[in-house]
Amino acid sequence: MINILYAFLVVTGLGLLLGFGLAFAAKKLEVPKDPRLAQMEPIMPNANCGGCGYPGCAGYAAAVVAGEAPIGLCAPGGSELSRKMAEIMGLDSAPVSEKMVAFVHCIGSVATTNKDYRYEGMTDCNAASLLFSGDNSCKSGCLRLGSCIKVCPADAISRQEDGRIVVDPDLCIGCKKCTAVCPNGVIKMVPASATYVVACNNHESGAKVRKACSVGCIGCKICENKFPESGCKVVNFLSEIDYSSSQAQIVDAANACPQKCIVPMRGGDVEAGMNQVVAQRD
Amino acid sequence: MQRIPTFRKGGVHPDDKKVLSCGHAIEKLPVPSELIVSLSQHLGAPAAPTKQKGDVVTRGEKIGVASGFISADVHSPVTGTIKEIRKVTLANSVSCDAFVIIPDEQQPEDAYQRVDWQAQKPEELLSVVKDMGIVGLGGATFPAHVKLTVPKGKSVDYLVINGVECEPYLTADHRVMLERTDGALTGIMIAARITDPKHIIIGVEMNKPDAIARLKERIAALGYPIDVMSLKMKYPQGDEKQLLKATIRKEIPSGKLPLDVGAIVCNIGTCYAVYEACAYHKPLMERVMTVTGECIATPKNILAPIGTKVADLIAFCGGFSTEPEKLVSGGPMMGFAFYDDQTPVAKGTSGILALPASKSVASTPCISCGRCVAACPMGLTPNRLYRNISHENYEEAMKLGLMDCKECGCCAYVCPAHLPLVHGMKTGKKMGRKKK
Repeated sequence: MINILYAFLVVTGLGLLLGFGLAFAAKKLEVPKDPRLAQMEPIMPNANCGGCGYPGCAGYAAAVVAGEAPIGLCAPGGSELSRKMAEIMGLDSAPVSEKMVAFVHCIGSVATTNKDYRYEGMTDCNAASLLFSGDNSCKSGCLRLGSCIKVCPADAISRQEDGRIVVDPDLCIGCKKCTAVCPNGVIKMVPASATYVVACNNHESGAKVRKACSVGCIGCKICENKFPESGCKVVNFLSEIDYSSSQAQIVDAANACPQKCIVPMRGGDVEAGMNQVVAQRD
Repeated sequence: MQRIPTFRKGGVHPDDKKVLSCGHAIEKLPVPSELIVSLSQHLGAPAAPTKQKGDVVTRGEKIGVASGFISADVHSPVTGTIKEIRKVTLANSVSCDAFVIIPDEQQPEDAYQRVDWQAQKPEELLSVVKDMGIVGLGGATFPAHVKLTVPKGKSVDYLVINGVECEPYLTADHRVMLERTDGALTGIMIAARITDPKHIIIGVEMNKPDAIARLKERIAALGYPIDVMSLKMKYPQGDEKQLLKATIRKEIPSGKLPLDVGAIVCNIGTCYAVYEACAYHKPLMERVMTVTGECIATPKNILAPIGTKVADLIAFCGGFSTEPEKLVSGGPMMGFAFYDDQTPVAKGTSGILALPASKSVASTPCISCGRCVAACPMGLTPNRLYRNISHENYEEAMKLGLMDCKECGCCAYVCPAHLPLVHGMKTGKKMGRKKK
């Protein structure tokens, strides 16, 4: 009986002693934490995408509080987050950034784009690009092996039935991981508010593009010359849309495009346009 | 009983298929109607062009100069006119500028005067080697003048000449050893004069008994201090690391060069080019290559000008007997598959293969059987490397020694799951370098 009592007293005594020790250490050796950091951490999107260049959301928040990073680098958070961060940091104005989303600037598929050879290697775009920049005759188009799908943290990229790779602009958080992994640079950022996009990445002359692909931009300048209000401008045989312009005639330009490569960014009738082109070609 | 020398770790024994072409003497290709001479035929920086569109060039004239320490000069193989300079893609996917040369109808006879190379100092010989644009003809095309330069404070114990030709199908070096024996041996002595080694060894695999006999006979007749070592057949013995292990039993540490163990390895074909350069001041503008494969009507060993289009070579061999599934530049194990028969051959092209369709097998998941580990001559674990690379974990793959992989293809050759292991290694290296 006495033994149990001894054991009880020793353990209780130790517990109390160490407990006081810990409480004392916690007070005495406390590392002061910036209260702003505590405020900031819960409002971060916690996508941990790394798009800001810092190790995760907590890393970026700490860098902002320490004054090492500017506000506005967080693509998933956008302007809303910048505003909240500025509030916490006691700033008057926050940088307003337009939300950018990734878009695959290529609508080529097996039906439209010719192949140079039969590829039997790894299912990885960077692996395929080692061999003559991929098996497509078009050397700047989408290789359709889905390396971007693997790196996307938001599951915004998917493969269509005909093999085309498509980014869902509503799910995209704008972290740019896919633009970095794509060997042909076919994924580029466009404003989330864009309506139409030129879905081609080939800067070669029209004759060469026609040989490789039936839906590639041939640089015919119909969009630029006939529809000056469309915002289209042909640079190096490739039409580019100025998203800051009014783009009033962009729908007409898209309909007039002989290659049907000016496509609506959301929903839209990409397939119908392509089928039309394929039917004409056959 | 004495053990036949070879390297120990890993290696495979593919069917060598050399019988298709090894009996055919070297034939000279008639000058083709158009040549595409690339400016990047060597490891390192591309040469800078010294001629322009419309210029007239003569055979042996320099048309590109080395543009860096590791770079080599390029010479015109024919007398003719430069039609244009345009971008071409070589068989190894390297894209670079190239001269398109239309040869004249009448080509001048070669009139190279014999030069007394023995009277020249090693430095003079080295500058001749550089001036003549000699690169390693084994396939890696490392500029020869860089390889033969012995840095101060280092000495060469062994000059090991690579006459192994372990790649299946290829017989170009075999024919050089048989038909150009004296030249090749003199080239070895020139290389020896430049590097001053204590021992000179030629390593030849035992599937070339006629070459071994011929080399021994001529060495005895000429009185050169060269040893011929016959090696057991095993791929990849022609790689310098494996060759040094087989001949002088030394292992090169990871990331080091043969010079760090006191050796220089030089291909036998390169030695012949060194001989022509130093004894006749003839630039490297043609080479012996094997055009073979089951789909070639009559496989041949051809002396062809650099820049010849593959289509011309195949036509010279009587075209295809059956439609090939695959064209390969180099050997079947390490060569590059390409699809365009208008691709020009370069200094490093040791052969062109036209191969039939093999039984097409889809790859299946890795079952970790470990055959690739047993086959890897570098002692790597290809299964783990591949797993990391296919999950984009390139840093881990680098830690596992990815950079020591020399893409010899033994792992992919033995893999029962038919995984594209070498393709994975190449991807991993590219992406790993990019990340750094």
